[in-house]
Amino acid sequence: MNYDVIVIGGGPAGMAAALQAQENGATRVLILERDTFLGGILMQCIHTGFGLHYFKEELSGPEFAHRFIEKIEANPAIEVKLDTMVLDIQSGEPHSIIAVNKADGLMQLSAKSIVLAMGCRERPRGALNIAGARPAGVLSAGTAQKYVNMDGYLPGREVVILGSGDIGLIMARRMTFEGAKVKMVCELMPYSGGLTRNIVQCLNDFDIPLKLSTTVVDIHGGDRVTGVTIAQVDDNRRPIPGTEEHVPCDLLLLSVGLIPENELSRAAGLAIDPITGGALVNEACETEIPGIYACGNVLHVHDLVDYVALEAEVAGAAAAQFAMRNSQCATGDYVATRGENGVRYVVPQRVNKQADAPITLYFRVGQVYANASVQVRAGDKILAKERRARITPGEMEHLMVKPEQLADCNELVVEVVA
Amino acid sequence: MMELNMVCVACPMGCQLTAQIEGDELINVTGQNCGRGVAYARAEVANPARGFHSTLRVLGGDLPMVSVKTAQPVPKHSLMDCAAATRGITANAPIAVGDVLLRDIAGTGVDLVATTRVAAHG
Amino acid sequence: MYDIAIIGAGVIGALTARELSRYDLRVVLVDRLNDVGAGTTRANSAIVHAGFDAPVGSLKAKYNVAGTAAMPALCEQLHVPYQNTGSVVLAFDDADRATLDELKARGEQNGVPGLEVLEGDALFAKEPNANPICTGALWAPTAGIVCPYELAIAGAECAVRNGVEFVREFAVKAIDFTDEQFTLKADDGRSICAKTVINAAGVHADEIARMIGDDSFSITPVKGEYLLLDKTQQGVVNTVVFQCPSPMGKGILVSPTVHGNVLVGPNAEQVDCRLSLTTTAAALQEVQHAAKRSLPDYQIRDTITSFAGLRARCDRHDFVIEPSAVNPQFIHAGGIESPGLSAAPAIAVALADMAVCDAAKKEDWNPGRAKPVRVHELSHDDYAALVKEQPAYGRIICRCETISEGEILHAIHSPAGARDVDGVKRRTRSGMGRCQGGFCGTKLLEIIAHELNMPIENVTKSGGNSQVLLGRTK
Repeated sequence: MNYDVIVIGGGPAGMAAALQAQENGATRVLILERDTFLGGILMQCIHTGFGLHYFKEELSGPEFAHRFIEKIEANPAIEVKLDTMVLDIQSGEPHSIIAVNKADGLMQLSAKSIVLAMGCRERPRGALNIAGARPAGVLSAGTAQKYVNMDGYLPGREVVILGSGDIGLIMARRMTFEGAKVKMVCELMPYSGGLTRNIVQCLNDFDIPLKLSTTVVDIHGGDRVTGVTIAQVDDNRRPIPGTEEHVPCDLLLLSVGLIPENELSRAAGLAIDPITGGALVNEACETEIPGIYACGNVLHVHDLVDYVALEAEVAGAAAAQFAMRNSQCATGDYVATRGENGVRYVVPQRVNKQADAPITLYFRVGQVYANASVQVRAGDKILAKERRARITPGEMEHLMVKPEQLADCNELVVEVVA
Repeated sequence: MMELNMVCVACPMGCQLTAQIEGDELINVTGQNCGRGVAYARAEVANPARGFHSTLRVLGGDLPMVSVKTAQPVPKHSLMDCAAATRGITANAPIAVGDVLLRDIAGTGVDLVATTRVAAHG
Repeated sequence: MYDIAIIGAGVIGALTARELSRYDLRVVLVDRLNDVGAGTTRANSAIVHAGFDAPVGSLKAKYNVAGTAAMPALCEQLHVPYQNTGSVVLAFDDADRATLDELKARGEQNGVPGLEVLEGDALFAKEPNANPICTGALWAPTAGIVCPYELAIAGAECAVRNGVEFVREFAVKAIDFTDEQFTLKADDGRSICAKTVINAAGVHADEIARMIGDDSFSITPVKGEYLLLDKTQQGVVNTVVFQCPSPMGKGILVSPTVHGNVLVGPNAEQVDCRLSLTTTAAALQEVQHAAKRSLPDYQIRDTITSFAGLRARCDRHDFVIEPSAVNPQFIHAGGIESPGLSAAPAIAVALADMAVCDAAKKEDWNPGRAKPVRVHELSHDDYAALVKEQPAYGRIICRCETISEGEILHAIHSPAGARDVDGVKRRTRSGMGRCQGGFCGTKLLEIIAHELNMPIENVTKSGGNSQVLLGRTK
C-alpha cells in the first residue's frame, strides 16, 4: 500500500500533522495509531487548560482532541488505522513501514514521507532506583490517570505523589475529587517542575503540602504499599540523614519526568539528541533522513499541547511538500543552534538560511530565573530578545527569528541574560 | 490597605499578581499580562471560583466513563460538593461533546457538560 | 491422596515434578505463592556456572557439573532461552592471579572441561570492555546464561501436561505423619496427603524440615541486590564476567541476559527475614561501584529496574539432598543456593530417583512443552501467516517488548498458567521493558480479568492481597 505521507501516532501531534499534510497537497495520508482511539494521552487529560493559544479558549484534553478528530473523520484523504503497531521503519525512496493489527495482519506500507509523532512515556520507578519493597500500589501518575479517568477504577485511597510535574499535580486534585486522601507531593528539586497555576489550583486549593527538596527513600509493604519513607535532600540531591519521616499510604504515584518514545526513530537510524531525547531536526521538523519528520513530544517534551499542534503543522506541511516533490533540499545552507548560559537545549538544532517563513526556536532553561531576558545571538549580534518576569524549567520558552537575519551567521546561541 | 500575592490561574501563563485590598474591595492589581488577571484578582478577593472536571459512569456506551466539566467556574468552596454529586449518578449513551449531563450541580446553578463523546454500545 | 507431594515450585521443585511425571505416580506440586518460580528462582544471577567454584568432592561440585552438562539439551526440549556464553573470572592483581590458578585446578578436579587462563590480547578479545588493568582471566567455555523462571515455568508446564497437579498459594504450616502418610496442612485450612514428600522449599526448607522434627540443617537467607540495564547496553559484555570469589559469594558479576539486557550484581547481605525483598540505596551503590571495576564503561543511567533475591545459605555449606534421618519418606533438597540453578537438572533427576521406588514409566510421557510464540522473533512471512490464522497475535499489547495479545492469552491458558500480572510478565516479558508496564498495565489487567472471568479489581500483581485496583471510582 502506497501513501504520500504516513503519520505514526494519532495524538494531537499526529492529527495536526496529518491535517496539515492534506491541506498542503498530500492526497493519500495515513495515520497509524497503536491505541483503540485517536487523541492519544489527551483523552485521559480531562482537566481544562488546553487550547488557549491554539483555539483561544480553554478546553479539556478530550475537547481539544475532538476538534481534530472531527476534522480527520470528515476528511476522506486521511485514512486512520487504530490498534495498529508499527514494528519497523526502513528509510529509502520511498520509505517503508512494517505495521501489524488484528484486522489487516502484517502490513508493508510505503510512504514518500513519514511524520514521527509517537509522543512520550513516563519515567518508571526503576529509572529512579528507589530502594525498598516491590508491592502493588506503585504507579506512574499517567497510568493512574488512565485507570481513574478512562477506566473508572481507583488505584489507591491514601496517596503520596513523588514528583511535581504537571501530571502529578493534576492527579493530586483528581484523586482528591474521587475521594482519596492525597497526603503530600514530594519534589526532589528546590522548585516544582509543573506549571505554577497547577500548584495553586491542584495543591493549594486542597491544602495538599508540596514538599520541595524532598524525596522518597524507601517503599514499605508486602502485597500492597503500606507506606513510604521520605527524606529531605541536600544541594547535591542526596538524602540528609536524620530527616527521614514515615508516611503511611496505599499508593505511591510517580511523576518524575517524561521521555520521548524514540525506539522507532532509532530503528530508522536516526541519531538522538542526548538532552531532548528526540531526533535532530531543522526548522521544518525534518530529521537527518530526508523525508522523515518528527514533531510533538517525540521530538522534545512540550509543556502545552498548543505548541505541539503548531509544531506538528509545520512538520505536516513540510512532509506533504516533500512528498509532492517541491520540498526544500535537505542539503541547504544550515546554521546550527545551541543553548548557553542556562538554556539546556534548543529545537530545531539547525535552521536553513533559505527558509521561507519565520523560524520558532523552542527551548528550556535549567533553573528558575526571575526578571531576566532570553535572547538569540549570532556572534555579537542580537537577533531577538524578550523580557520575562519568570522563567522556569517546567515551562517551554520560544523566540522567533527571520531567515533574512541569518545571512552572515555561523551559529545561533539562545541564552538567558540578566 | 493590605497586599495579597497570588498566581493567576486563568491560563497556563501563571502570572504572579499582587493585589492591593481595602476590606473586601480590590484597589489595584499588578503583575498581570492581560485583562483576565484583573478579573481573576477581583474574583479571588470577592468569591474565588474554579472550573470543576471529573467523570460520570456511562450506561450502554462503548466507554465506561465520560469526562465532564462545569460549563462555568463554580465557587471554590463548592468543589468537593460537586465531586460528591458525580457519584451515584450515571449518564446514558450516546453522549455528544457539550451534552448537559447534570443541571445545577451541587446547587451552584452551573451545569455539568460532557467533554467526550460516547457511542451507544452495539 | 498422592504418591508424592513436592513443597516448593521453584526451579528445583518444578524440574523434579517434571522428572516424576515420567512415572505412573500421582504427584502434586504446591507453592506458597501464586505462581511457579516466584521466589528465589525469580531473582538470581541467571547463570549456568561451569563448576570450578565449589569445593572438590562436594554435592555442589557434583550436581553443578552434571547439571550444566544437561542444561543445553533440557532448555532445547523445554524451549527455554539459554546461551552458552562462557564465563571469565577477572584478576586485578597478583593475589587474584594466584586465585585463578587455584580455581582452574579445583575446576579440573571437579571435572570442568576446557578451563584456560587468558592473558593480554586473548583476554580482551573475549571481553573488549574489561578493565584495562586486568592481568588475567579464567575462561570457562561451558558456562552460560538461562532464564531461570522460564526454566521453572516450562518444567511445571511439562509436568502438569503429563498429569502433575499444581496447587497455588498453599503455604504449609504443619505436617502430620500417621498411617505411613504425610498430611500437609496449609494456613487456610486446606490439606494434602501424600506417601512421600520432597522438600524443595528454598529459604524455608529448614522450617519445613522442622515440621517433621528434623533439625539437621538450618538456613540463613542472604540477600543479593541486582540492577537490570536497558538493551541499549547490549554488547558492553559478551560473557559472564566474575570477579574473584570472596567468602560471602562469587562476587559482583556483570552478565548479558538471554533477553538482551545486562545484569549487574549481586551484593551479599545476611538478613533475618525470609520474605524481605527490599532493595537499599547503599547496596545498589555498592553493586554499581563494584561492577565498574570489571567494566569501567558501562552506563549506570541506563538502569531500568533493580531487584533483590534471597539465597538459601545452609549451615552445612553444601546442598542437602538426602532422605531425612527422621523419616526416609521425606526427602530434602535444602540449602540450594548458587550453583543451584546450574545444578537443578541434575538435582531433579537425583530427587526423582530417591522418591520413585519401583513405579513404572509412562509410555506416553511428553518431555517438552508447546513452544511459546514470540512474535518479535518471527520472520515477516511467518508472522503474517500467524496473524492470518490467529489474529490475536496481531494486537500488540506491550510496546516496549513487542508482546502480542496472543502471547498473553497463551501464557494464561497454558498448563500451570499465569494468574496475575507478574505471572504474565514472567512468561511473556510484557511490562518488562523500558516503561515497566506504564502503558500496557491497564490492557493487561483487562485481559487477565476477562480470560479468568473475574472482576478487574480482583486481579493481583503477584497473588495474595496485591490487587492493583481498589475498586470503582463511582
